[in-house]
Amino acid sequence: MGIVSPGFFGRRRRDDPALPPGQYLTESFPVLSAGPTPRITPEQWEFTITTETGTVHRWSWDEFLALKQDDVSTDIHCVTSWSKLGTSWRGVSLDTLFESVESDLEFTMAHSYGGYTTNVPLDDLLGGKAWIAHEFDGEALEPAHGGPARLLVPHLYFWKSAKWVRGLEMLRQDEPGFWESNGYHMYGDPWREERYW
Amino acid sequence: MRTGWNIADVISVRQETGTARTLRLRLPGLTGHKAGQHVDVRLTAPDGYTAVRSYSVASALPGDELELTVEELADGEVSPYLVRAVSAGDQLEVRGPVGGWFVWDPADPSPVQLIAGGSGVVPLMAMIRAHAAGSGVATGTDTGTAPGYAAPFRLLYSVRSPGSAYYATELEELATAPLLAVNYVYTREAPGSSIPPHRLDAATLLATVLPPEDNPAMFICGATAFVETVADWLVRAGYSPDRIKTERYGGTGTTP
Repeated sequence: MGIVSPGFFGRRRRDDPALPPGQYLTESFPVLSAGPTPRITPEQWEFTITTETGTVHRWSWDEFLALKQDDVSTDIHCVTSWSKLGTSWRGVSLDTLFESVESDLEFTMAHSYGGYTTNVPLDDLLGGKAWIAHEFDGEALEPAHGGPARLLVPHLYFWKSAKWVRGLEMLRQDEPGFWESNGYHMYGDPWREERYW
Repeated sequence: MRTGWNIADVISVRQETGTARTLRLRLPGLTGHKAGQHVDVRLTAPDGYTAVRSYSVASALPGDELELTVEELADGEVSPYLVRAVSAGDQLEVRGPVGGWFVWDPADPSPVQLIAGGSGVVPLMAMIRAHAAGSGVATGTDTGTAPGYAAPFRLLYSVRSPGSAYYATELEELATAPLLAVNYVYTREAPGSSIPPHRLDAATLLATVLPPEDNPAMFICGATAFVETVADWLVRAGYSPDRIKTERYGGTGTTP
């Protein structure tokens, strides 16, 4: 335990076992982005997975929506210390997208419209742990929250859930993405408080 | 980069406005910080309950001291304590300073346009202070050799009223130097001004900020709705998204 702040008692919010260390609950959905919000229409949008052979697997918006859709209820945890429990999403599992992909590599870099990048190990994208989400709370995902579609990797800090995602690149070695090059942790497990380097 | 929790001594406090206070902290071992970085502050209750919030650094000091300016949020958990209860001689747990993106780099020769909404002025003030210190304005000596210190700075500050503005006296003094211009937009009350209070609009924004031809480095900080709107106007007016860095306040528990 750290030094006690005399007279501080805090909000006494419920002590929720779903809350990772150092996080607090919020009911709102804060927006954190490094720059302006890209405005991408579904017609412009496409999603790709690029492998070590240079093969590019490509989905247009309509092809993406024709894939099996999952409804996901999950908790999300932002590195800036807010957590939001029981959020509702709809999207396509990365397991579905990777069905046709052959690769021996273990690391990925997510690329977004607007230039954002973040690295995620392939293991953390497969096995029902990650989606490309296009609805939040039953509505089309707003641009400020990453619409038309964002990566959703809820077991890692939310900066890994790249907004405006446009593709995954398979990598031989783990490499830092945008925030990882700017002081944030390479992996980002909220339960181990992997916030900064 | 300092990533563990450290104990900071509160050196002094001063009231900035009716609802905001500046805390000067000493962090043993700290050797300066970048302009625009933030720290996390952790409060611990007697039973071990803790709460952590992030606050931007307002100062540009070379040594082991830094200043935070904290706005008291009506439904805040940590800010009321920092604004009302903390006094000189107290200790706080602090992590950081951290952040390598929303920072001004003196090695960048670009002109700089800063755009603040309300308490979003805090990290931008750190940039203004760093620039002023390096260009010799604050000290009266020419201390900086990096090209950024010779670049023009401009601040557009959208704030409720003159009484809600942080750092007004200091900004007035700094703006007497040729390299800094400060423009205010008062959104609710504008006593003594020939311009009635109004929200920042696209026309005012584009008439005030450095033109796209100058290719300025732009930093926008404020509530989410403010930052989203301003950044959209700039991109539509032809500013490159690559040149616009944003940081959103009020992103911690309240809807703007």
